[in-house]
Amino acid sequence: MDFSIIFENLHRYQEGLWITLQLTSLSVTIGLFLALILALMKNTTNPILSGFARCYIYVIRGTPLLVQLYLVYYGLSQLEIVRESFLWIFFREPYLCALFALTLNTSAYGAEIIRGAIKQTSLYEIEASYAFGMSKVQCYRRVIFPSVVRQAMPAYFNEIILMLHATSLVSTITIVDITGVARMLNSRYYAPFEAFISAGIIYLLLTILLVSIFTTLEKRINKQAYQLKIT
Amino acid sequence: MKKILSIFAMLILFSSVASAEKVLRIGVEGAYPPFSQTNSDGSLSGFDIDIANALCDSLNVKCKLVKQDWDGIIPALLARKYDAIIASMTINEERKKKVDFTNKYYASPARFVVRKDANMEIVNADLKGKTVGVQVATVMEKFVIDNYKDLGILKVRSYNTQDEANLDLTAGRIDLGFMEFGVAEEFLKSKTGAKFKMAGPSFAQEKWFGEGIGIAVRKTSKSLKNDLNKAIQAIRKNGTYDKIRAKYFAYDIYGE
Repeated sequence: MDFSIIFENLHRYQEGLWITLQLTSLSVTIGLFLALILALMKNTTNPILSGFARCYIYVIRGTPLLVQLYLVYYGLSQLEIVRESFLWIFFREPYLCALFALTLNTSAYGAEIIRGAIKQTSLYEIEASYAFGMSKVQCYRRVIFPSVVRQAMPAYFNEIILMLHATSLVSTITIVDITGVARMLNSRYYAPFEAFISAGIIYLLLTILLVSIFTTLEKRINKQAYQLKIT
Repeated sequence: MKKILSIFAMLILFSSVASAEKVLRIGVEGAYPPFSQTNSDGSLSGFDIDIANALCDSLNVKCKLVKQDWDGIIPALLARKYDAIIASMTINEERKKKVDFTNKYYASPARFVVRKDANMEIVNADLKGKTVGVQVATVMEKFVIDNYKDLGILKVRSYNTQDEANLDLTAGRIDLGFMEFGVAEEFLKSKTGAKFKMAGPSFAQEKWFGEGIGIAVRKTSKSLKNDLNKAIQAIRKNGTYDKIRAKYFAYDIYGE
């Protein structure tokens, strides 16, 4: 094995790392907002809203991300209507196509995590808040959301790590992320081990970093909650 | 014990009889028309495919074509998934470090392809800021990176297959394509390629485009390399090559 190839191309991995981090953080942030809206929609009694949210989550979770990515990137570009319209400014760019597909994907999974956490909130707490004369909005803000944050955190952090790894698929639509760099070096120097082991190590280090951040955050938030309960 | 041994001996004997007809496994790409393409029924066709079959006939062996994605085509040869690559592969120094090549079986320059109404000349001032699409790990990719990207003129986007690059070219995501002449010609003939034309000169500098297109074999397969060289000569002499050539190209693709 000849790792000198990797050291000569470290700056490429650095550029790839930047793309991976951008795609992960942006898709998870925008996805979280969408997930919140979807979860609330699914929990309403309005049949149109909850029906839409249910269908959306079914379809997105029922199809692989790679298929969604191809549909957005190669599929939409075949439609004259899309190409002629203002949407093309957006879908012309592979980066934005990837961000779009990743965001849709994580929003569906996130919505299910949040919806589950809302369902888990103790009925007594909700009833008590109404007895105190809180409105529905106040109840959501003061009782349900704090409980949702605590309940959903571990599952959501897991989703973020999965998204970090899922971004590797964007290398199939010409984006040069960490995996994209590894594929490029492999095809240029015919060195699959060196190229992909390096990519694997970068993902591993990123995951370790994320996990340690999440553990600290989780501890801190749970501690606050605990202190609130005993005071 | 003796019985078992004799059964083994017989098995070995039989298997050697069964393999009396030699099989040559050849790696092909199947996504590079008109040289190599996969038809809707899954069968393979194209110039490379016909040449492969003609060479096998000439060598008196059975051809087994193995389809392999371009970016893994040399690693799979080294991993012994097949014994030779007939996939329009340019003979160049980087690849020679990993594999051996036969003599060329054709040589063809590369051309830029642009939209007919693009009003663009292949000069640096016109190309500035534009995006060119190429297939990953090809000599075309290396050429545009060295001569245009590294000088800050063109942006380069690399695709897994030439077909995908052509899709994005027709969709308008990229401004230019840069491809081998025969491939460009085939693309212009297709329905989606009708709005496009070739632009600029033919590029064939030896530094990038090497000595032409050859068959790659493992460095240990010296006798196979010699056999294939003889077979290429044979089909050139007996007219088979010209018959196949005429099926795909109106000009002499072998070069001088």
